[in-house]
Amino acid sequence: MTALMKVIDPGLHTTIQDLGRHGYQEFGIGPSGPMDPWAFKLANLLAGNNQKEAVLEITMVGPTVLFMENTVISLAGANLSPTIDGKKVMMWQSIYVKKGQELRFGKPKHGARSYLAIAGGIQTDKILGSRATNVRAVLGGVDGEALNSRDEVPGIVLKDSILKKRGGKHLSHSLRAYYRPHQIVRVIPDEQAAFFTQDSQEDFYNETFKITAQSDRMGYRLEGKGLERKKDGEILSDAVAFGSIQVPRGGAPIILMADRQTTGGYPKIGTIISHDLWRVAQLLPGQTITFEKTTLEEAHRCLEAEANVCKVLEMAIKQR
Amino acid sequence: MYPSFSLVGDRAIRMTFAREMSEQINADIRRTFHELKNKEQYPYIEEMIPGYTTLTVFYDPLIVQGINQMKTELMKAQKTHKEEFLTYRKITLPVLYGGDKGPDLSSVADYHNLNEEEVIHRHTSREYLVYMMGFAPGFPYLGGMDEGIATPRLKNPRRKVEQGSVGIAGKQTGVYSLTSPGGWQIIGRTPVSLFNKDEEVPSLLRSGDRLTFQSISQAEFDKIIHQDKKGIFEPRIEWKNDEGRKDDQDGEKKN
Repeated sequence: MTALMKVIDPGLHTTIQDLGRHGYQEFGIGPSGPMDPWAFKLANLLAGNNQKEAVLEITMVGPTVLFMENTVISLAGANLSPTIDGKKVMMWQSIYVKKGQELRFGKPKHGARSYLAIAGGIQTDKILGSRATNVRAVLGGVDGEALNSRDEVPGIVLKDSILKKRGGKHLSHSLRAYYRPHQIVRVIPDEQAAFFTQDSQEDFYNETFKITAQSDRMGYRLEGKGLERKKDGEILSDAVAFGSIQVPRGGAPIILMADRQTTGGYPKIGTIISHDLWRVAQLLPGQTITFEKTTLEEAHRCLEAEANVCKVLEMAIKQR
Repeated sequence: MYPSFSLVGDRAIRMTFAREMSEQINADIRRTFHELKNKEQYPYIEEMIPGYTTLTVFYDPLIVQGINQMKTELMKAQKTHKEEFLTYRKITLPVLYGGDKGPDLSSVADYHNLNEEEVIHRHTSREYLVYMMGFAPGFPYLGGMDEGIATPRLKNPRRKVEQGSVGIAGKQTGVYSLTSPGGWQIIGRTPVSLFNKDEEVPSLLRSGDRLTFQSISQAEFDKIIHQDKKGIFEPRIEWKNDEGRKDDQDGEKKN
């Protein structure tokens, strides 16, 4: 394995993520993986990879990295003002970079999380089948941590003739995501919603909630009209999912995100549909969210459409 | 009507087996869990998380042939093997009680007007059922503690509780599988790792195991922690089936 990038400055919280460490939740080990699965997939496809390769997930304040080999990178997700050797580069495209060039980020413009893929994918060691970083359990990434200065990110050295073909791919504007400061996300109600009063169940879908500063890869704490319990007592702990919205006794909802625990003891009012998770992942503290009730059928239609777009895109990128 | 189905978003379905937790329900959940582990028969199942009264099945929506078809198959799986005896593992976990490894042992003893030896005796004489795993990698939710040593959580949680710490929180007892903040009353520590990322099965415990604690000396603790770090310590694990257990339960009912 060859070091493709060297970390000069790690930024706020830059982690290596692949699709996640699946199959170990029965032992209490959460999957982790990307917060914004859509931008993650697009970053990989643009770099000419399959959808599952490990990439860098960059949070708000980006890192500075030095390229140690010629390669192709792609950037998808939040626009954190990337530059290469001081020259501005565009989001949603693949770029041929030369050994010795330096990638930096500046002011966050839109969104919270950016994905940097490299051709061939990041090749750190797999732990329990995955390279995804889980900081709390000290798994994946480099030594189970977010990137630190002087870390080297290993990858595959590809021939320049291959790299030149992979560079310069742009994603059509219609497929790019736009990150607005207010998002409407769709929710499949949970039967545990019955723990809340009728008024609170309605409030949940009518009120606007604010993302608080206590929001990270584990979960987003929301601020807004408190949700009241109809009955006393807690649920018996059970499984939660990515996007599940649990409500502790205080009444302020928490959206469970990529580094969530596998189980929880607070009632869940519902779970955000997979297709809309990117909207949450790209919200910043202080920005707002509202919830809309939807059905399983609609959620599955969205996922099928998403998978079809990826398939078409993968073919288009490989053919050109 | 049990089991009932409910949705946890668009990739998971929750089967609820009962309103209250019990050993019988835990066994039913475990039977269904094992049946559904058959990958060839249920290709759409990605993974499952057993809970106290639930089994949550994570599925691939792009593979599943309609949600109703899936429910029918899950229902059928739940009925299969219902009469068979289940095998389970009985695991003995060595614990050094008290001292700096169990700083709250004396306050737990004081709380119940017991001496420390009596608390240790009560804690080591029960067999605990691992009802479910969760909260952290390798962390077991245990049932079956002697209520005579039930003690409220600490008023001020600790910033750091060492991995392996054995604690009491209300009527629950448990073992911290990772070093983390926590508010449980810490009465001892096991030198055995509950979570090991380098093992193919990274968790010592799994849902359905029976656990007993065995009091050990400082010297034994030091020896085991050394062996555990080298990966050569094997805790005592016995395989049993619940045939005998079922007779016991029938006996209880008659009384």
